[in-house]
Amino acid sequence: MTGQTDKDTQTGKPVKRHALSTRIWHWVNAICLIILFMSGLNISNAHRYLYWGKAGSMPEEAWLHVIRFPEWATIPGRYDLAEARDWHSLAAWPFALALLFMWIAMLMNRHFAADITTSKADWKPAAIWHDIVSHAKLKFAHDPAAGKYNFLQKLAYGLVLGVMLPLLIFTGLAISPGFEPAAPWLVDIFGGRQSARSVHFITAFALLAFFIVHLLLVLLTGPIKQMKDMIVGGKA
Amino acid sequence: MSAFNRRTALAGIAALATGACSKVADSPAGRTLAKAAEGWHRGAHRKLASRQALAREYDKADISPDFRGNGTIRISEEAYQADLAAGFPGWQLKVGGLVDNPMTLSMDDIRALPQRTQITRHDCVEGWSAIGEWTGPQLGHVLDAAKVQEGANFIIFRCADSFRQGPYYESVDMVDAYHPQTIIAHMLNGEAIPQKNGAPLRMRIERQLGYKHAKFLTGIQAVASLDEVGLGKGGYWEDHHGYQWYAGI
Repeated sequence: MTGQTDKDTQTGKPVKRHALSTRIWHWVNAICLIILFMSGLNISNAHRYLYWGKAGSMPEEAWLHVIRFPEWATIPGRYDLAEARDWHSLAAWPFALALLFMWIAMLMNRHFAADITTSKADWKPAAIWHDIVSHAKLKFAHDPAAGKYNFLQKLAYGLVLGVMLPLLIFTGLAISPGFEPAAPWLVDIFGGRQSARSVHFITAFALLAFFIVHLLLVLLTGPIKQMKDMIVGGKA
Repeated sequence: MSAFNRRTALAGIAALATGACSKVADSPAGRTLAKAAEGWHRGAHRKLASRQALAREYDKADISPDFRGNGTIRISEEAYQADLAAGFPGWQLKVGGLVDNPMTLSMDDIRALPQRTQITRHDCVEGWSAIGEWTGPQLGHVLDAAKVQEGANFIIFRCADSFRQGPYYESVDMVDAYHPQTIIAHMLNGEAIPQKNGAPLRMRIERQLGYKHAKFLTGIQAVASLDEVGLGKGGYWEDHHGYQWYAGI
């Protein structure tokens, strides 16, 4: 399956727009991320200061004073650090395992190589500019010969799958005092536990920004069909 | 119009998710699942690193300028305040429960035992961290002297302070009890432990979060099961606020 041909070369069956593995991962990931983000906001309310380095405990050491997130945005819907931590560390398992599954599936079915990997030509400033301008004009039709996704989409999906989601997992592990003895180097990579905690927070909000744009673009490009395709597969 | 409807729908879904999550979390199945996950975390941590693997130790230069105090930071009882002013000459640490040789240790007894000094990072469940240098005898050494019996599975730490709902206490299993960095600290940064950090004695359970590090320590008790103590969940925060007994995450 290359995702670009109408029929699978071996079986002759019509190829779906989104592979089954992609669809399963997409929805498992969506549910996990919503739980992780909203329980994360509850956890953030416990100590609303972010630091750089190995340690930090006083407001005057903080680089950011975080707002108190309102109860409607948190899981559970009241301040409860213990229950929020239960949700957060429980949802982290399917989130991390599903991402691992998606990477294996994506490399095996060539979704990554065919649809997300960029080519050298994609990186020409003129081509990037053209993509940005057409996005700004809300024109999303693109040359099907160039692949399923345009450059900005490839870049966004590549960053989310390859950088942001793994970063959330690794910074999350680096915050855990029980995990640290297994891989102290992981904490060093981020410059200490409090730096890892800051990167965890920043990445979560970068992902929220992606989520909002992602949702807007779905709404602008036929949301019913887009949703249906991500559920039942759709035509390639 | 449709954008408004969508927004309403999205807000509704968010509210539904929050409500549903609370319902699920409060259900017996939700509690069981959260408990199970706690076991996975402990299992995974102990599979990935050796059971005796050390928490990071730091340099003097890394020591935090002020070691934050949390929970009980002052004990108002006159007897404690008098003890504190006098340097705790009469403080007693009782070692008992499932041991063949129950003991009562004075501060001098504790200072006379072989000492371990370690500069470690203290991670509070709230999210902050502070680095300090702790000195004291290893708990394992004291447990060996007390001759812990075969049937003991947990060590309970009794404390002089009470928080909002009752007396503070904590517990660990034998893996953490015999971990080389599990010490009964009587010094922080080369001086007697300040009141806010648990004077005169505080446990150090270096691979877990701050609430496991019982302050104002008065007793060490070997037990077969956590059911025998408090409300049975192994600690003040565990009993009264649903915190995780395994606090390695």
